[in-house]
Amino acid sequence: MPAIRNPKDFCAGALFIAIGIATILLGTRYALGSAARMGPGYFPRILGVLLIVLGGILAVRALRIRGPRIAALRWRPTLIVLGSVVLFGALVRPVGVALSTVILIVAASAASHEFRPREAFVAGVLLAAMAVGVFVVGLQLQLPIWPWQA
Amino acid sequence: MEILHHLAIGFGTALSAVNLLYALIGVLLGTLIGVLPGIGPVATIAMLLPTTYALEPVSALIMLAGIYYGAQYGGSTTAVLVNMPGESSSVVTCLDGYQMARKGQAGAALAIAALGSFFAGTCATVLVAGVSLPLSALALKFGPAEYFSLMVLGLIGAVVLAHGSLVKAIGMIVLGLLLGIVGTDVNSGVERFTFGIPELSDGIGVVVVAMGLFGFAEIILNLESTEKREVIKTKLKGLWLSKSELREAAPAVLRGTALGSMLGVLPGGGAMLSSFASYTLEKKLAKDPSQFGKGAIRGVAGPESANNAGAQTSFIPLLTLGIPENAVMAMMVGAMTIHNIQPGPQVMTSNPQLFWGLIASMWVGNLMLVVLNLPLIGIWIKLLTVPYRILYPAILLFCGIGVYTVNNTSFDVMQTAFFGALGVLFAKLECEPAPLLLGFVLGPMMEENLRRALLLSRGDASVFATRPISAGLLVAAILLVLIIAVPNIRRRREEAFQEA
Repeated sequence: MPAIRNPKDFCAGALFIAIGIATILLGTRYALGSAARMGPGYFPRILGVLLIVLGGILAVRALRIRGPRIAALRWRPTLIVLGSVVLFGALVRPVGVALSTVILIVAASAASHEFRPREAFVAGVLLAAMAVGVFVVGLQLQLPIWPWQA
Repeated sequence: MEILHHLAIGFGTALSAVNLLYALIGVLLGTLIGVLPGIGPVATIAMLLPTTYALEPVSALIMLAGIYYGAQYGGSTTAVLVNMPGESSSVVTCLDGYQMARKGQAGAALAIAALGSFFAGTCATVLVAGVSLPLSALALKFGPAEYFSLMVLGLIGAVVLAHGSLVKAIGMIVLGLLLGIVGTDVNSGVERFTFGIPELSDGIGVVVVAMGLFGFAEIILNLESTEKREVIKTKLKGLWLSKSELREAAPAVLRGTALGSMLGVLPGGGAMLSSFASYTLEKKLAKDPSQFGKGAIRGVAGPESANNAGAQTSFIPLLTLGIPENAVMAMMVGAMTIHNIQPGPQVMTSNPQLFWGLIASMWVGNLMLVVLNLPLIGIWIKLLTVPYRILYPAILLFCGIGVYTVNNTSFDVMQTAFFGALGVLFAKLECEPAPLLLGFVLGPMMEENLRRALLLSRGDASVFATRPISAGLLVAAILLVLIIAVPNIRRRREEAFQEA
């Protein structure tokens, strides 16, 4: 078993191959047709094959040419940032713009290593007022402001 | 003089009160995000796209275009005063601009950046207007085979000029094409790769993809690094140039404008490539290259003119051929599609107000920028002192509201978060997201043209090689790959040699 010398390229290659295979497998449900009368499965299959070929080149090359390691993922900012936005998306209709903005700002601020709860809360209240002013009053987006308007 | 007639239509549209207002909003926002590091034009356009639904398409495009070239003006401010690129296209401005500021010439550096940008913007606007007619006339003769080959060339060209591994970049394009065809197939009505999720039957939104890959991922990656952003305040004395400085800088402005205008039109070109190329050129041409990096005014004048020229002429392929050549133009395709305008050569004839209005607005916007930018610098500097820990939650809020209001569903927010996670993964693997976005917006068009071309040729794939224009475009694409592949092979041999 040859050593993986370029982990970034190898993983990217493996990812491409995996997506390519998944595309072809999922695509078997769509009619292929012929070149002259392409079915919905024709173009995806070309793309799937291309992805496997490109991924293969990357992965094989990664066995021969040295490259840098993959930097470790810091889970905290990733999960907090994405989680707080998803939370906002889920809350904005039932709870309204005002409260969901404060929740988003405070939650998202926790992703920073310089997190200061009180400052984040103040920023959240100010931004909530601005969001209501700009988006609901100014741009007339159809969003509730308070929970009882939802 | 047909062109004067067209420009009259354009200025008539661009100078209406509503459009002046949106141009102003666009360039101000552009300057703002240009000044602020950590948020670029792609994410900003994605954020604002949803708010443009209610606008006239021309007003929407005028505003979104203003964000791109406005960012070029703003980026230089941060580069000169803080030694940090506010925008990727002002990386090289840091080199000499900041040194000028340390010598007490910040005013001169900012003035030449603004004036050079304005000159470049004016020239580029004229160029866009002049080149558009013949190019669209040519493009109207294109059949599906030519269009398919043109898209291949555009996509390949876009990644050849980008940095990083070519194979990876092409893989990202293919991934983008694949994401682009998710949803209901227009020809058969079959839902593809929707996993039975009804929200996906209309396909994945461009806002969702761009905001996830460019907005969320960028914020997460910024948060990973613990280094603190330091704002060094430099005293600004008089924002003007001495005669000798002007004489020194003027040729660089001219060269930067010419170079930027050319590189802007190329696939993969645009503001960033232009500024880098211009800096290299100025350094090569200088009598005393050792001055570069120590505060040479040419090292600011050239790249700053070039990036603005490049930002503007990169609209040419989009407006005349319907082919986006960088990620910002891909967002413009998204904007046009949302307003039911199919980008391509027919826009000029079917929608002359929009076409010429957008072009004229670029000059108007540049004028606003040069007038407003210098007096407003004090405000921009203040904004720079807002710490990132306050800034990014605010950006997230705008992203969240923007993406939610596209379809008023939290499903879109979840999708965006998914693409944000994907963006982080791509960054870890050094896969550029820009080619993916290009592929994404071109996916459906590419499939449609491939399908039509082969339908007309009764399934004979040689049609791409036997039609002269199509063959020429494909040969150009292959040549591009070979040019880039050869030095790659050479370098790799050297690496292998060193290991042995």
